[in-house]
Amino acid sequence: MDLYEYQAKDLFAAHGVPVLPGHVAQTAEEARAHAEALGQTVVIKAQVKTGGRGKAGGVKLADDPADAQEKAGKILGLDIKGHITRRVLVTVASDIAEEYYFSFLLDRANRTFLAMASAEGGMEIEQLAVERPDALAKVPVDAIKGVDLAAAREIVAEAKIPAAVAEQAAEVIVKLWETFVSEDATLVEVNPLVRDPQDKIIALDGKVTLDENASFRHPAHADLVDQEAEDPLEAAAKAKDLNYVKLDGQVGIIGNGAGLVMSTLDVVAYAGEKHKGVKPANFLDIGGGASAEVMANGLHIILGDPDVKSVFVNVFGGITACDAVANGIVAALGILGDEATKPLVVRLDGNNVDEGRRILAEANHPLVTVVDTMDNAADKAAELAAAGV
Amino acid sequence: MAIFLNENSKVIVQGITGSEGSKHTARMLKSGTNIVGGVNPRKAGTKVEIEGHSLPVFATVAEAIAETGADVSVIFVPPKFAKDAVLEAIDAAIGLAVVITEGIPVHDSAYFWAHAVATGNKTRIIGPNCPGLISPGKSNAGIIPADITGPGKIGLVSKSGTLTYQMMYELRDIGFSSAVGIGGDPIIGTTHIDALAAFEADPETELIVMIGEIGGDAEERAAAYIAEHVTKPVVGYVAGFTAPEGKTMGHAGAIVSGSAGTAQAKKEALEAAGVKVGKTPSETAALARELFKANA
Repeated sequence: MDLYEYQAKDLFAAHGVPVLPGHVAQTAEEARAHAEALGQTVVIKAQVKTGGRGKAGGVKLADDPADAQEKAGKILGLDIKGHITRRVLVTVASDIAEEYYFSFLLDRANRTFLAMASAEGGMEIEQLAVERPDALAKVPVDAIKGVDLAAAREIVAEAKIPAAVAEQAAEVIVKLWETFVSEDATLVEVNPLVRDPQDKIIALDGKVTLDENASFRHPAHADLVDQEAEDPLEAAAKAKDLNYVKLDGQVGIIGNGAGLVMSTLDVVAYAGEKHKGVKPANFLDIGGGASAEVMANGLHIILGDPDVKSVFVNVFGGITACDAVANGIVAALGILGDEATKPLVVRLDGNNVDEGRRILAEANHPLVTVVDTMDNAADKAAELAAAGV
Repeated sequence: MAIFLNENSKVIVQGITGSEGSKHTARMLKSGTNIVGGVNPRKAGTKVEIEGHSLPVFATVAEAIAETGADVSVIFVPPKFAKDAVLEAIDAAIGLAVVITEGIPVHDSAYFWAHAVATGNKTRIIGPNCPGLISPGKSNAGIIPADITGPGKIGLVSKSGTLTYQMMYELRDIGFSSAVGIGGDPIIGTTHIDALAAFEADPETELIVMIGEIGGDAEERAAAYIAEHVTKPVVGYVAGFTAPEGKTMGHAGAIVSGSAGTAQAKKEALEAAGVKVGKTPSETAALARELFKANA
């Protein structure tokens, strides 16, 4: 789960990382009140989970509360790379002497963590990595030893952060490591980490990604979910413990296993090229146990998507037998009744497939077409979706 | 031969008394796996009756090894306790730990991997969040259905469980030396490269099928490895060509971020290394069959 800047900074503050005071606002009036309370020049920053806010006009200085209100009014509602701004952070403006870059992240290739740091911050890190690779220090972190002050000093030295603030930067890095570990983050990024004219090190921005697998030990993280921003279908699926991602096509997809479902999306997209360019409408992995209830929940979500014109159920019976899946489909259609209105193409293979196909043939549901291979089934589903477009 | 697992493997199950553990222990026994016991500290000293076998339950992995000579552990312990279970397997220096558990926090996986490295890599870790591995006709450690196909000459390595089953099914007429599901988490023990190296060295394997998916750069690194070190024919498949940026597709590791981790980039890297890459599972199977016949 990616956090907003203000949420990231709240976590930073809780772990002793220096940040500037600020408050989040959802209306221009609230922004004015926050600016009044802060009593000095403020920065109004769009809270969106994407980069390039400055260039898009999502970050503005405001001299006084009236100015803050006006600027916040302009930023709220702003579309930044497809993200609509619904909140702004009103924070104290800082004078900047120097900008640095710092992050902790996963290093998949080496199966450990990595610290990345540079004395040349401010610009996009991808750009820095390409244009000035020597200026970006990459220091592997041992997952057991972690980052103590000695390790942080090495990172600071490799990043060539000036001696005057090196010790302070190292202390901040230790606190960022504490944030990274104790919050179960997979990314903690500060860009820029600034040195102000008084030689104080401050995290001026913050980007944090939390590991949802670790939510069992972080009950408080549930509060960080932005329910308003969630796709309503995705939220409904989550409530039913379904692994669902909304996409922008017309063929609803249900399958078992993440890899097989991803593969199904591809096969449907290829098939769609021959059928008016229809595409997958979603990713939905119902997992190993495709019980009637899980199948009904899945179908309910997908049929609730007005963009869906046909549904492709693609199951390889591994642990779950195909007869159980077939029974699940029949029962699900029974549960849904009149709600089920769109054609279903079903492909079953693997464990007990003959019995599964027999059950579907016997049920002879008017909406269900059984097709024997994944490729042909994808083609049929695309064809049916194209007919409904 | 086969890789990592064979007819001589003696297998224990950590979490044997749990619902998943006991269900899959029964399936593994049915497919001929030599399961010699289980581990659960709270039920140590008892026996569990599964599929007509009376299996001893030990307090620790070390005790299970001392009593039975076990060299493989299959781990079904829930995410909360998985880190400790894997650390215990590593400390007991068991040869192979197959971590089936889904949903382990990545900090825990990074920790047990670092511990394995720090203690001299005595334990090969497969997973986490994987279906395990099967050497058909010999042994089955994990949850891969044993009845899809039998022994043969294809080696398969895959991040995904059901795509493993699908590919085994598509190529069931040829059969497999071993099929290894390495898992879809961002941090995993055994990688594509480890499996490729083992298949290259395995005299029973004549052709390798490698299944990848979006996210990370494991496939690109595997491509570089193939170009340098693999002489056997390799056929590849990458799932997720149409996955949008920034959306996690089921596996925690399956996410395209920026220009990194796209299926197209992986396909190109593999093709540059001489790997034939299919656009769909069926096309991939057709490529594999063609190459297999050409080399027979």
